[in-house]
Formats: sequence, C-alpha cells, structure tokens
Amino acid sequence: MAGKNMMEISDSTFEQDVLQSDLPVLVDFWAPWCGPCRAIAPVIDELSGEYAGKLKVAKCNVDDNPKTPSRYGIRAIPTLIIFKDGNVSEQITGAVAKSQIAAAIDKAVG
Amino acid sequence: MTMHNDVYDIVIIGGGPAGLAAGLYAARARLKAVLIERMGFGGQLLTYEKVENYPGFPEGISAYGLGELISAHALKFGLKTRTAEVEGLEVEDRIKTVRLADGALHTKTIVIASGASLKKLGVKGEVEFTGRGVSYCAVCDGPFYRDQEVAVVGGGDTAVEEAAYLTKFANRVHVIHRRDRLRATPVIQEKAAQNPKISFIYDTVVTEVRGGAQGVESVMLREAQGSKTRELPVTGIFVFVGITPNTSFAPPSIKCDPLGFILTDQEMTTSVPGVFAVGDVRVKQLRQIVTAVGDGATAAFNAGSYVENHFS
Repeated sequence: MAGKNMMEISDSTFEQDVLQSDLPVLVDFWAPWCGPCRAIAPVIDELSGEYAGKLKVAKCNVDDNPKTPSRYGIRAIPTLIIFKDGNVSEQITGAVAKSQIAAAIDKAVG
Repeated sequence: MTMHNDVYDIVIIGGGPAGLAAGLYAARARLKAVLIERMGFGGQLLTYEKVENYPGFPEGISAYGLGELISAHALKFGLKTRTAEVEGLEVEDRIKTVRLADGALHTKTIVIASGASLKKLGVKGEVEFTGRGVSYCAVCDGPFYRDQEVAVVGGGDTAVEEAAYLTKFANRVHVIHRRDRLRATPVIQEKAAQNPKISFIYDTVVTEVRGGAQGVESVMLREAQGSKTRELPVTGIFVFVGITPNTSFAPPSIKCDPLGFILTDQEMTTSVPGVFAVGDVRVKQLRQIVTAVGDGATAAFNAGSYVENHFS
C-alpha cells in the first residue's frame, strides 16, 4: 500500500515512529472500506515525494490499529494529522484538495 | 504562441461517472482528450456503500466497485488522465484555456463534470465537531458508532439509505426531517420503515450540535413550524440535506441557476458554445449515476461534432 517515501505504522510503533520522530510526521488514518481514503491515497503519495526530507508520511489502518485513532478522538476517516515534536500540529478531516493538505504541511513544516 | 498540436479536442473536468463516461466516448471517438481529476476516480460513488438502481446489476453492486469498473472501461480505450486541480477557465476565445495549479491546458472544447458536494447544515457546532461526531459519509465513519445512538438529517434517498446502512453499527438511528413526509424513493422508504432500529422525527429541524472534549453529545431540535425545542442525546450526526455544485472555477459567462447549478440545453451545451456540463453539476431533475453517464456520452458526442464543425 505505502509508496517508497511512506511507512505503515501500527499501535505498537506509533510512539517511536511518530511521537519520537525528529521530522514532523503526517499520519493518514484510513481503512480499506473507506472510498474517500482510497481517493486521496494518490495525493498523499505525491506529497510524500514532494516533501521528502522535510516530512515523514505514515499510514495507519484504523481497522487493525484501533488504539491510536481512539487516543486522538478520531471518529471520521480519512483524517490526516501532522505531528510535530510529539504533538498534534495540524488536523484535516475528510477528503480535501491537495492544495489544502499542502498548506497544512507548509504551516507545520514552516 | 500555442502550437496547434498542443491543443486538445476535449478537456473533461472531473472523474465521477459523468466525466468518465464522457472520457470513454471521447476516447472511442479518437478525440484528443484528457480528463482532470483532483483525487481518485469515482466522484460521489466513493462515499456510498452499494448501488441498487444502476441497470444491469440486479443484485446491486458496490459503489466503489462500480466506480472502478467505469474508470477501467474509460482507460481501456486510451483516455488520458491527469491529477490536478482546476483553478479557472478562459472560454472567450476559439481555443479555450483550462488553468491548473501547475500549468494550463489549451482545448477546443471543455466538459464540466465537477459534480457536487454535500451541503452543510449551517448550524452552531457543525464545523467545530466535524470529524468528532458530525459526518457526511456513513460508509467512512459508521464503524466508529458501534452500539451508539446517532441522528441522520434529511429526507431524501441519500439520507434514508444511509440511515439504513448505519443500523449495521449504531443501535438506534433517528432520521430528522423538516417536512411531514420523506422525499426518498418508495422502495427505499419501505425498507427503512421495516427497520426496527430506525425512528423518524418529522417536522423538525436541527438548530445546534452540542458536545464536549470527547465530541458530539447531543443535537438541539426545534419544531419546523413552531418554537418548541428539545435536546436529543446522540454521539453522531450524519448530514444529508442535499448537494451544492462544485463550480468555483467557472467564469460568470457560463450561466447558472440561482442555486449555482450550470444551465444546459438537452445536448449538454452551456451558455458558452464549446463548453458542456454534465452530471450533478448541471441543472436537472434526476441526479443519478444512470443519468450522469447519459449526460457524459451526450456531451462527448456533441463536443466531437463541435470540433468537426468549427475546426476542420
């Protein structure tokens, strides 16, 4: 599922891969049964390439990993959260245009 | 100076059923065509579970699956596609321009198939709790409401079908409708009426979404024709109160109705010759997949004729 600049994360790797990360991390919370999640997947893939070196991009399947979405109160997917120094920096709910996601990334990456 | 071989015969804006059908017919007609989509293909099909009224599938078909089939069909005949957002159109000249975030395309005709988005309720708390209890996609978010009580707002096909879908997860679904009866297709209404988990609250509007740190806790209701109010405890509210057209990029020379839907004739031609509009974005009575694909085929055919009559 994940492209070359993307990683899959799980409830057990979230702490290390996301919260402890030196770079900001965009986490795409998704599930296989969610059409809009699949619709934005190519956009997320493109962004992971365009921001390589400045931002890590991770996918979290909420079906297999219920703890992490629950910890952040996620009740809708796709939800994109950009974590910076272990904290929520930006959050986007629903399938939105690439420019809107890029604007949120620019704000977080600064 | 634009070189003639850089000019498309047809640029299709939008990769839902209408745009993909236009693309299929354009590709088979060997028009020089490109379809622009900002995300994945399928349009509003991506947000629904099952399609039960598309001819040829008596058992119904997965909405996502139908979207994949329609796009595969168009691509099979060589339709070119591009992932991009359309920022504006220049339609005054013989050769028209489609402005993208990362460049521009020149074309003899344009087919606008940009579809529509679900309308917001426009009440207090709606934006604040979006993603934390307020939802516009039952298929995406339904599984987060297992054994909970939720509200669906609306009385059309989408509202009633999605209410039925939500009963797979929620233990009670309240359908809140501002009128005294549903607008949904009878067969959809019949199914919902037999579902013991669905209850209907008629003549009622939602005035506020309330909640706390954990998300939505209740909705405030008011009589549509009166002033009596009450609070309904729910953890989720799904909003299906109609659609609004996606036309932010279209110039005012392309005429719309007061709601912003694009006016066309029965050949899908807009007020600007060489510019066509198809599917949910245009003014029409019945917005369905089956009518969208018909629009797309009609527009592609007429775009082909326009190219032949004006450019050869």
